[in-house]
Amino acid sequence: MISIKDVKKIYSSKKGQVKAVDEVNLEIKEGEIFGVIGYSGAGKSTLIRMLNGLELPTQGSVTVAGNEVSKIKGSKLRKARQEISMIFQHFNLLWSRTVRENIAFPLEIAGVSRQERLKRVDELIKLVGLEGREDAYPSQLSGGQKQRVGIARALANNPKVLLCDEATSALDPQTTDSILELLVDINERLGLTIVLITHEMHVIRKICHRVAVMEGGKIVEIGPVLDVFKNPKAAITKRFVQQVTEPEETKETIDHLVDLYPHGKVVQLGFVGESAEQPLITNLIRNFQVTVNILQGKISQTQNGSYGTLFIHIDGEAEEVAKAIEFIHSQQVGVEVISNA
Amino acid sequence: MLNEWFPNVKWDSMWEATMETLYMTTISVLATFILGAILGLLLFLTSKGNIWENAVINKIISAFVNIFRSIPFIILIVLLIPFTKFLLGTMIGEDAALPALIIGAAPFYARMVEIGLREIDKGVIEAAKSMGAKTSTIIWKVLLPESMPALVSGITVTAIALVGYTAMAGVIGAGGLGNLAYLEGFQRSRNDVTIMATIIILIIVFIIQFIGDFITAKLDKR
Repeated sequence: MISIKDVKKIYSSKKGQVKAVDEVNLEIKEGEIFGVIGYSGAGKSTLIRMLNGLELPTQGSVTVAGNEVSKIKGSKLRKARQEISMIFQHFNLLWSRTVRENIAFPLEIAGVSRQERLKRVDELIKLVGLEGREDAYPSQLSGGQKQRVGIARALANNPKVLLCDEATSALDPQTTDSILELLVDINERLGLTIVLITHEMHVIRKICHRVAVMEGGKIVEIGPVLDVFKNPKAAITKRFVQQVTEPEETKETIDHLVDLYPHGKVVQLGFVGESAEQPLITNLIRNFQVTVNILQGKISQTQNGSYGTLFIHIDGEAEEVAKAIEFIHSQQVGVEVISNA
Repeated sequence: MLNEWFPNVKWDSMWEATMETLYMTTISVLATFILGAILGLLLFLTSKGNIWENAVINKIISAFVNIFRSIPFIILIVLLIPFTKFLLGTMIGEDAALPALIIGAAPFYARMVEIGLREIDKGVIEAAKSMGAKTSTIIWKVLLPESMPALVSGITVTAIALVGYTAMAGVIGAGGLGNLAYLEGFQRSRNDVTIMATIIILIIVFIIQFIGDFITAKLDKR
């Protein structure tokens, strides 16, 4: 559906050249929810803007839904853009238009007749759950409702691809979740390919199938979300994964716990996929002469399985403790002994 | 009572002069609105980072606007006499004042239009582009509606300035309240005529301001 080949974007300024995007290659499949994560300045914004021709690559080619967006111009580009919609961090609605008129705008651009416009707008309002707010102006809506209008507007012309430019970054956590659920729903119902950029791993975890991590204009890591969570390679990826899997202040808490339990071992367990759903602790206590104390833990759901970490303290005869840890290993659970007391 | 306070005012000629002032103001406001909007749009669209980015055209329009905005109006009228004569065959009467009024006010308004357009969120223009909008669609359906409150409050200020300009044009023979106040009031030392003309001009200005504020408030849904 989307293919990015050897793409470079170089900005020249007085201070010299800045490589916003550097030698990026990417293939995104139809119906996929693909996430690009990176800190600000990593080049992800430039990258997503090249997918609908708002930015042109200095070098390389970008093909979306059969159109080489980096090459076509004029009416061909405008036609192609109707199949590649975009939603924005700050919604970018027209304040002078009501919800209904905002959603109708792309239909006006596409030359849809008034009667069909009204019909389509009503469908879209239902789809995004804005019934009763049709005649409100954007200034009368909450952030979440504004983004729903943005999504309805983006879907108006039945696009093949939806680009999300930090679409949830201006929303509170609860609203973020409801917008993300809406995106997953749309992806499943309409089979729409979604590309989103974000700096929040939470967003990637929640809805993406695959993720690319960007740093300094380059993609440093790419893969299915669960694999990246299981085995993050680049340092930056590890930091992003920690955002979600480890509760805040984990390090301080664990240090404190190690001091607190002079005997036995503090162990960090990493669960991925099915192993996260097995009764590991029960088996541990039943089969070995050890006491298990759960210190801290978190399990997160991703689109292709669950991923979790658990900190436990195992105490008992040294031999039994060793056996217990051996057992955990055999269950395909990641084990890391934090300290020997 | 009015006749006691304003013994020298001839009400029929005062009425006629008021109509002449309103005529000059209305026509010049309409023409200024259109011409200023076009110039303002061109200034905006050709500026850096915009759809028709073009430094040369931008500089030319900008220079034109700045020159005509800087010339004092009373001098502009005199300078434009040959042009007016060529256009209308005369330099006396309400119509003869129009070229100077429009050329004096349109550049002033063009700057206000440009400022109004600059205030539009760049993201909204980008959103329209991402939907595949043509430039003409962006102008008619994004730029103009989104800046309409600024355009209306700008034309209100310009219209009030134009009422003042018509009075000045009156002094050199264009008719209207300014002409009346100057000829009948000032030159014949009939202060009551001057004061009455001033009162009517004030009323016109207040009405314009009121209508402008009302429309701006109605349009602004932010």
